[in-house]
Amino acid sequence: MTSESKAAPRDADANQAPGESPAPSVVDRLADGLFQLVLSPFVEIGALFTVLWQTLVQAVRPPYRVRLLLASAEFIGVGSIFLVSLTAFFIGAVLSLQLVDGFRDFGAQSQTGAVVGLGMARELAPVFTALMVSSRAGSAITTELGSMRVSSQIDALVTMAVNPIQYLVVPRVLAGLVTVPILTLVFDVVGMFGAYLVGVHLMGLDPGVFMERMRWLVDWDDVRQGLIKAAIFGFTIALVACRQGFHASGGAAGVGQATNRSVVQNAIAILALDYVVTAVVIGQGL
Amino acid sequence: MKRLFGGMGQASTPVETPEARADAVQIRIQDLHKSYGTHEVLKGLSFDIRRGKVNHIIGPSGSGKTVLMRQLVRLESPDSGQILVDGVDWATLHGLTLDRMRIKFGMVFQMSALFDSMTVFENVAFPLVEHTSMSKQEIRERVMDRLGILGVAAAANKSPAELSGGMQKRVAVARALVRESEVLIYDEPTTGLDPLTTQTVDELILETGERFGVTSIVISHDMASVFRIADRITFLNFGRVEATGTPAELLETLEPATLAFIKASGVSQDILDERSRNG
Ligand SMILES: Nc1ncnc2c1ncn2[C@@H]1O[C@H](COP(=O)(O)OP(=O)(O)OP(=O)(O)O)[C@@H](O)[C@H]1O
Ligand SMILES: [Mg+2]
Repeated sequence: MTSESKAAPRDADANQAPGESPAPSVVDRLADGLFQLVLSPFVEIGALFTVLWQTLVQAVRPPYRVRLLLASAEFIGVGSIFLVSLTAFFIGAVLSLQLVDGFRDFGAQSQTGAVVGLGMARELAPVFTALMVSSRAGSAITTELGSMRVSSQIDALVTMAVNPIQYLVVPRVLAGLVTVPILTLVFDVVGMFGAYLVGVHLMGLDPGVFMERMRWLVDWDDVRQGLIKAAIFGFTIALVACRQGFHASGGAAGVGQATNRSVVQNAIAILALDYVVTAVVIGQGL
Repeated sequence: MKRLFGGMGQASTPVETPEARADAVQIRIQDLHKSYGTHEVLKGLSFDIRRGKVNHIIGPSGSGKTVLMRQLVRLESPDSGQILVDGVDWATLHGLTLDRMRIKFGMVFQMSALFDSMTVFENVAFPLVEHTSMSKQEIRERVMDRLGILGVAAAANKSPAELSGGMQKRVAVARALVRESEVLIYDEPTTGLDPLTTQTVDELILETGERFGVTSIVISHDMASVFRIADRITFLNFGRVEATGTPAELLETLEPATLAFIKASGVSQDILDERSRNG
């Protein structure tokens, strides 16, 4: 801004005339907003990678905080079993219902178990598990770390010579990495149970055919693809959640906004990463 | 301690000379600068913190008190200038060397900053568990001793959220003192407390200073408290030191405008008169 353009708005401010705000300020503000809009994703990604780097450095540096890791694993993993199972059951059930109904038109309903199993193992289990963990545990992590930030508890850790990344972030990120794949396995099992229940007991499919077709189509590679995704999602969820909480500012409202950003960013990250990882694993589509 | 030294080929801890430790001035801040982007907050501060005294830092909102505190305990790094603590320049310390020296400062945050996932006992034990090889029994004794002296032993198994603001402050002081820190820093210890609690916190600062022989640095808005308990006062304004000295000296050197600011903050003429006589 030049000194002339600075002087102009001051005159206008003094008059307080509505609709007479000088042109440079509006253009400036528009340019500013546009600039921010374009720039902010890069700033976000930069901040995330900074935390990622610090987390990797602190993860290999002693002391190794096993107790905190177990506590985080309990919170993220054990605490999410019920929600993940519930989701899995209904997803499996409704998918089974839809597929039996849809496949019946061309007499392929015997493939229901196979198709549900494949979709579940490769896509639905990791993605839905990750989304559930993000909305339950991820948001809670952001809120907890955010509250610690705005009430100076993170500063207190630093003044007591305890590295807050090592103390707070590393256990949560490792716990996410380990527990989300396990939860995904739970999702696979419970989801197939739901599909079996609806397909066989309600829709009258033959149990032997249901299982046999599923075993024929779904193999270990499919499950492994799901678990690789789950590990990547779990790591990402915890990292994004921690980073948002860690850098929260502006009191309780700021913590709320950080939690909001954490859930939104995680949803986007999960879906975008899902495509990328799938493309890499099956070797096409990139 | 072992874990801090472990495996890192860092420079050894800078040494404090005996002369520096005998000096009545424990901390010398020289030409300290700090900017955020283009916004210069600290514009070359220089003043002293006296050993074993209650040193107040006061000034209007936005004058840079909190920013100064964050440089002092190295939550942030100053852009330039020196922070000589017992002859060692803290402004240039970093990494594990800095962490090893951090025991020097105990910090009492404005909102006390107790870990709310832990009990009062665990909060006070935390620095010992992290940094010493003391046995469980030794830790228990030390923590209960500190809590006892500060009058909150009965709250040991409560969670911080169950305590009143004044009691939280006592626990925060216990935590700051548990590893024998030499300098205690209170950030706005009385802001937001009622007059009665304010008085007990003032007494707490005085008592703690005497009982443990620590240097106290108090960042405060509360002019009445300042003139009641301060040995030394540093007055910040717009990122510069406007005046520094004993309360009596300060009352003599201050410009009329600054005096007006102090009086407007609710310091009675009686206190001012008394302090200028006693100073
Ligand atoms: N991290 C930061 N980034 C940018 N500006 C900052 C930052 N921290 C502080 N400031 C600015 O520095 C100035 C001094 O802030 P500071 O918090 O030190 O004031 P203060 O003297 O503690 O005031 P108060 O008495 O209200 O607490 C303010 O203008 C503030 O906006
Ligand atoms: Mg402040």
